[in-house]
Amino acid sequence: MSADRKHFSPSARFLHWLMAPLVIAMLFIGVGMVATLSSWHQTLLAIHKPLGIAILVLVSVRFIVRLTHRTPPLPDDMPRWQQHIAHLSHWVFYALLFAMPLVGWSMLSAGGFPIHLFGPVNLPPIVPQDVRLYALLRSAHTVLALLLFATFLAHLGAAMFHGLIRRDGVFSSMAKGRD
Amino acid sequence: MTTDPFSPRPRGRQTIPLFRLAAIGAVVAAIGGAFVYVAGFVTPHRLTPQRIVNTFEANAGVHPGFRRNHAKGVCVSGYFEGNGQASDISRADVFKAVRTPVIGRFAIPGGNPSAPDASVPVRSMALDFKLPDGQQWRTGMNNTPVFIVNTPQAFYAQLVASKPDATGKPDPAKLKAFFAAHPETGPFLSWVKGHPPSSSFGNAAYYGINAFRAIDANGKTHFVRWSMVPETPYAPVTAEEKSQHDFLDTELRDRLASGPLRWHLILTVAKPDDQTTDATQAWPEDRPHIDAGTLVIERESAQSDGDCRDINYDPTILPDGLKPSADPLLAARSSAYAVSYNRRTHEEAQGLASAQPPARGHE
Repeated sequence: MSADRKHFSPSARFLHWLMAPLVIAMLFIGVGMVATLSSWHQTLLAIHKPLGIAILVLVSVRFIVRLTHRTPPLPDDMPRWQQHIAHLSHWVFYALLFAMPLVGWSMLSAGGFPIHLFGPVNLPPIVPQDVRLYALLRSAHTVLALLLFATFLAHLGAAMFHGLIRRDGVFSSMAKGRD
Repeated sequence: MTTDPFSPRPRGRQTIPLFRLAAIGAVVAAIGGAFVYVAGFVTPHRLTPQRIVNTFEANAGVHPGFRRNHAKGVCVSGYFEGNGQASDISRADVFKAVRTPVIGRFAIPGGNPSAPDASVPVRSMALDFKLPDGQQWRTGMNNTPVFIVNTPQAFYAQLVASKPDATGKPDPAKLKAFFAAHPETGPFLSWVKGHPPSSSFGNAAYYGINAFRAIDANGKTHFVRWSMVPETPYAPVTAEEKSQHDFLDTELRDRLASGPLRWHLILTVAKPDDQTTDATQAWPEDRPHIDAGTLVIERESAQSDGDCRDINYDPTILPDGLKPSADPLLAARSSAYAVSYNRRTHEEAQGLASAQPPARGHE
């Protein structure tokens, strides 16, 4: 049996398309909940924390999949600098997808807030209670979120450029398996 | 000719597909635009928690490191001893016959951390119950059984109308216009008129302002309001006390030096038709009252380095067995308190707060 070198593995594609809507929703939930004083504030906050922890679990699984499976090479005719940026952006994604939930969890810990998931289930604090650390992490949570959103927009634009203009198989490497 | 837009590019065709390029740009711009819209950057007229807190700052000035409202206060600590009587309506651990540590704060409303205590008739009590398993119950209560307004929009209108003018006092005409436009303020105003403020933080009753939902062991919901009723008999504030800038703080310290202070947590249970989303309306007196246990306050310390300083008394932080009602003030309190907390903790982190005089003893 010959290996499919042109497409991401089914597990990588499954995790990509499962996480993509969750992460995008999370970014909109986060930016929306801090800017509203309607009842949406409570609803979005109640979704934000357990969803963030779910993404932390998913990105951990995905990172293992990434390290244990081959990734399809980018086309030879793609300029080197574009290939470098493409690779770099993927590692930036991994770093941010790990950092965002961990910073959020640490931030609530440092602020002395309960880290409520659902019902009576709360997570333990992972850093000591310290208001200066809280302030730093709270700012970091916003800055990293904006960076993650910018990375997502660039990734979306690049994916569509590959799919609609270059039509070089990069988009289908994540969109589908072998025909 | 193929109709699949993702099919391989035909060889030899080198023209730039402008339409497709524009479509990509449009998709990216639309998603980016939606994000900016949700963040509220393009709708400055929208009432946001930031705007509420900005208005507090406009009215009272920015006092780095201090809460934007109820800025002047004192930290206290003690415990709550449940008696099991409220366990029929709420499964929260705090209501069982157990002792739960409490970090609290007494304060007066307003954004000025060195305001004279006699400047307002309102006193507040905030409590953070530390339950086992990392659960917490935070509540912010006032000494008035009803609130002055029942929506965040009216609260904002009141803030705007209360802005001090060149004389340092709010414009009476603007306040008059506000109250005329907001008849829901009536019950609050008549209560304050009929109840002179207490002589002490320790002899006032405090009310949870909003309705909440108590969830029992079977998952059934009971709408409740809560209050803390003092064992110390009420006495009105005296003229001599009023002449002292910080009489509430001084008096509390003296009282606690001679022993702890006690309150009874009273849960009032609504009947099915009682409204639960209007903080200006009291429930009828004949509703069942449950004495859920005793709050014992043992110690106090200045808020500049007390345990309460770094706590955001967000009233929607509740243990399993209590949930917020749909009262629109609750969500607004939660989001505005977060903005105040974020601003003052950043000031603390930047070392700006140390430049301020301590809230206690500053005349």
